[in-house]
Amino acid sequence: MKYLMMIYNNEPAMLGASKEQTAETLAAYAAYTEALQKSGALVGSNRLRPSTNATTVRVTNGKTQVLDGPYAETKEQLGGYLLIDVPDLDAALSWAARCPGASRGTIEVRPIWEMTDYR
Amino acid sequence: MAPRDATHATAEHIARRSYGKLVAFLAARTRDVAAAEDALADAFAAALTDWPASGLPDNPEAWLMTVARRRLIDTARRRQTSTEAASHLKLMAQELEDLETTRDADTDIPDQRLALMFACAHPAIDASVRAPLILQTVLGFDAATIASAFLVSPATMAQRLVRAKTKIREAGIPFRVPERADLAERLDAVLAAIYASFAEGWSDPSGTETRRRNLAEEGIWLGRLVASLLPAQPEALGLLALMLHAEARRGARRDAHGEYVPLAEQDPAAWDDDLIDEAEALLLRASRMGAIGRYQLEAAVQSAHVARRKTGATAWAAIEKLYAALHAITQSPVVAINRAIATAETRGPAAGLAALDAIAIDARLAEYQPYWAARAGLLARVGDAAEADLAYQRAIGLEADPAVRRFLERRRAALRS
Repeated sequence: MKYLMMIYNNEPAMLGASKEQTAETLAAYAAYTEALQKSGALVGSNRLRPSTNATTVRVTNGKTQVLDGPYAETKEQLGGYLLIDVPDLDAALSWAARCPGASRGTIEVRPIWEMTDYR
Repeated sequence: MAPRDATHATAEHIARRSYGKLVAFLAARTRDVAAAEDALADAFAAALTDWPASGLPDNPEAWLMTVARRRLIDTARRRQTSTEAASHLKLMAQELEDLETTRDADTDIPDQRLALMFACAHPAIDASVRAPLILQTVLGFDAATIASAFLVSPATMAQRLVRAKTKIREAGIPFRVPERADLAERLDAVLAAIYASFAEGWSDPSGTETRRRNLAEEGIWLGRLVASLLPAQPEALGLLALMLHAEARRGARRDAHGEYVPLAEQDPAAWDDDLIDEAEALLLRASRMGAIGRYQLEAAVQSAHVARRKTGATAWAAIEKLYAALHAITQSPVVAINRAIATAETRGPAAGLAALDAIAIDARLAEYQPYWAARAGLLARVGDAAEADLAYQRAIGLEADPAVRRFLERRRAALRS
């Protein structure tokens, strides 16, 4: 089954981190992603630019509204994601627990709604 | 018994014994518990019309399995257009192979009830629905029965159960006994769910609500099942010992007139010796495994309470120590109250009161009847009748069971005599 792991972290703290801390975090993520890849579980992953670079779009009554900023203005923001393919939820949760972001923020694990599951 | 009734009784007996086994096996690969339950309901209905006419099959369990599986395959075929149906059918074909390969050696259906229970008590399932989910999937309880036991409306309970089953299927919660590293923690959730169903049944004060009494029995049945499937897990044995100890004293909680009898005043002759002996043997076996835990400690407290069956005296010093150990694990205010009561027995009522004062800051206790009853009893013993009266009043106001209320009223009245 495919699962999306969404990494939520404290954005201000993340951006305020020292150079050394940031380098350490990036190295931890590199090792983690490598391990996922070697196990054959990794489908794709990306880090996201800070939510200050986000733009929100909504169309109401045919009129397009474009707004500066993320969907929700909260301290915890989506900072990146990993798409994995593993046998079951337990496997996904054990990968999520090893994610460097799990010890600083929260990882939300969601099953992918496959097109073949539509009824 | 008329043949029809006999068949009906047999079907019911099999339903009770095999329900969870069949659901677990039918749903193990597809993780679709709801579909397995529906198919099984159809199979039971078919059995009730078929068996009286053609006689009992040699292996009723296998008969039910075949009918339920056919029904599952039919349902999947009706969704033939989707590739999902194809994968569904593939899974069921694999399952059938599993069954065939195991059949020669052992005609029984592989027992995956434990795996089903671990799925129901998975940390990804809301804690409040784990016990109801186990009662429904392993024992076949309907939502209305479960709802009445857990004091929730049937509609709410039905909705929670449906949501949980959908999550098992769609989030990919596995039917598996966890690896050794996770086993203790995950087993704890399974045991907690079983204990919750037992406690719901046991708390029925008069023992007259048959639905609830069944719940206590079913809790013990599940406890026996887990203890037999995981005989090397001391906490599984500890929980069963705890439930058997409580069950042994069920009848002794009321006198001939239906009045409440506190444990200290119960007649040991009214306790069930066989159940106590079984509990003691389980606890001994568990303690030899050298891994203490909450259920073993609670069972040991029960064991110390019934020691007077043979010695004539309650082992209060042991009880105080056991509650101290339990408190270190659980930090529960309820445990702290019980420890204070034991302290009052070993070091006098003033020491017990001091221990109660130490936990009085916990706001949850303001609405907790046993705290006020314990306080009232100890205040009476140190001679503070006025404060004891007020504490009894609080306790009476918080009690739902009329028999216990009358008991507290009698204690309160005794202050003035």
